[in-house]
Amino acid sequence: MEQTKIIDLKNISKSYNGETVLNDINLYIRDKEFVTLLGPSGCGKTTTLRIIGGFETPDTGDIYFDGVKINDVPPYKRNVNTVFQRYALFPHLNVFENVAFGLRVAKVKEKEIVKRVKETLELVNLKGFERRSVATLSGGQQQRVAIARALVNNPKVLLLDEPLAALDLKLRKDMQNELKALHERTGITFIYVTHDQEEALSMSDTIVVMANGKIQQIGTPTDIYNEPKNAFVADFIGESNILDGVMTEDFLAKFAGHEFKCLDKGFEKNEPVDIVVRPEDIDIVKAEEGMLKGTVTSVTFKGVHWEIIVDIQNFKWMIQTTDYCALGSVIGLSIDPDAIHVMKKSEYSDMFGAYSSYSDEFDELSVADSQPAEEVKEE
Amino acid sequence: MKRKTFLERAAAVPHIVWMILFIVAPLLFVIYFAFTDASGKFSFSNIVNLSNYGNIFLMSVLFAFLATVICLLLGYPLAFFMSRLKPSTQRAVVLLLMLPMWISLLIRTYSLLALLDNGGLLNSLLQALNLPTVKIVGTPGAVILGMVYDFLPYMVLPIYTTLSKLDIRLFEAAEDLGCNGVKTLFKVALPLSKSGIISGITMVFVPSISTFYISQKLGGGRFDLIGDTIERQFLMNNNKNVGAAISLVMMILILISVAVMNKFGDDDGGELIV
Repeated sequence: MEQTKIIDLKNISKSYNGETVLNDINLYIRDKEFVTLLGPSGCGKTTTLRIIGGFETPDTGDIYFDGVKINDVPPYKRNVNTVFQRYALFPHLNVFENVAFGLRVAKVKEKEIVKRVKETLELVNLKGFERRSVATLSGGQQQRVAIARALVNNPKVLLLDEPLAALDLKLRKDMQNELKALHERTGITFIYVTHDQEEALSMSDTIVVMANGKIQQIGTPTDIYNEPKNAFVADFIGESNILDGVMTEDFLAKFAGHEFKCLDKGFEKNEPVDIVVRPEDIDIVKAEEGMLKGTVTSVTFKGVHWEIIVDIQNFKWMIQTTDYCALGSVIGLSIDPDAIHVMKKSEYSDMFGAYSSYSDEFDELSVADSQPAEEVKEE
Repeated sequence: MKRKTFLERAAAVPHIVWMILFIVAPLLFVIYFAFTDASGKFSFSNIVNLSNYGNIFLMSVLFAFLATVICLLLGYPLAFFMSRLKPSTQRAVVLLLMLPMWISLLIRTYSLLALLDNGGLLNSLLQALNLPTVKIVGTPGAVILGMVYDFLPYMVLPIYTTLSKLDIRLFEAAEDLGCNGVKTLFKVALPLSKSGIISGITMVFVPSISTFYISQKLGGGRFDLIGDTIERQFLMNNNKNVGAAISLVMMILILISVAVMNKFGDDDGGELIV
């Protein structure tokens, strides 16, 4: 299916005070697509969005909208609208006037303004809120006003900058579904920025994983999850066991002191690689039947499954299973060939160790991000 | 509510004594004098005779109004410009703006006189260049110029404070929704800085309407404003009863105008200086 490129970023770089924020970004976005820019704080995703919105100009590189270069077009002349982080609603206007703002600026006829604002408020489930002051609304309602205020202008592209970050979990889930439904109903291209991998996986057509001002991987949610390109992506998306390994030959990977059959090929003989095994892809078997054998050092009940940590040669494996295993028992692990994903070594190879849980290392990474210039230059 | 300790009560005493001696008592005197005649008998004659001063009231209001409008037109763009500067530059500009405020108003007015007087610096310069001299002092323009010069910072600072507290994303949102710079100013910045504007107007209008030295010095004594009239009644005519009556009416006028201003500012609960 060939769709037109609505937005095309070519070799975009940007730095603030000598610190590189974006390093040679190349990205195109197809019309009507739901694209998510995903990455830890400081990875450059918001800057990318602001460049598309026109609030930042790239130091080098060009940005095209519908094939036309728009580097120097100010925000008010771009056919995109933004849903801002923390909404930025106008406190001196009521809900109706906030939503009508863009239409009034465009000098749309009063009758049509009333009609379109009403329709859009209905679309975001805020019927009857027209006369309310925005200060009296809850976070979720303000969020809807912000979305309506952008959508009412019928933009070609809607930019959403962490729009759900300030909402509580339950509301966030509801809004995710609503946003996805809105995207389908309106047929507008959505570019969505978030650091929440789950949000990205459940909403997007395409995910762009970013770190340290560079794009790490572009792909569909299943691609990104099942075939991460490097240790960073594997760790950031979902939970994973990332191990040092060697490709002894095609379809044979050696790690954790054992040779496994796998589905990957095309590596050099004995090439060092990173191995990813997702915790839900590991089967627990009797100790003597397992490919690997180890002691259970931690068992946590997570509701849907048990989270078990198994110590094998000092590498702590995380396993998600519906079978209970007793603390201290010795169990065997069995890994199917299609559960093993082999990645080339990258600058991120040694950053993620045993049972890397998303949240812990997310914090560390954010700290590391405060001095990203070094790493970026190395490449 | 927590009960105040003895110390907390005691701490307020000096201030309360001060207020009674220098604010409440003089106010009572003003009211007393305004409603008595020279012999101390109760009388409405002072108030009734105020109609003789109608022109003076009118001129004072007009002068103060013009000065306030000019301050607003000069001050708002300046405050807007300042609020968009880098924080370090903002601090420097605010300091520059506040510097003259640390000098007595009287001295500033005299300096302006020294500059603009017929034999002053400006005219000496013009003479040295063989250009015709200009007569500024003694014109209505000079009085209004003096008011604007003296009170402009009181307009700029409250507006600047309000503007600099606004979320920058509101301006970006306006731009995102199709506003160019001018439209952003009128549709977002102005309505959201209303409280600052009202503070500024109050802080310029009130001292302008009650000033006497600006009109005396820069007006060359040709313009009698309310302030001048009150001063003359007390110090030269020695008619404190009429002086007190005029003061009382002026005070009421100012209170009414401040109340009206507050009414405008009420909607968004802006910070007001009264």
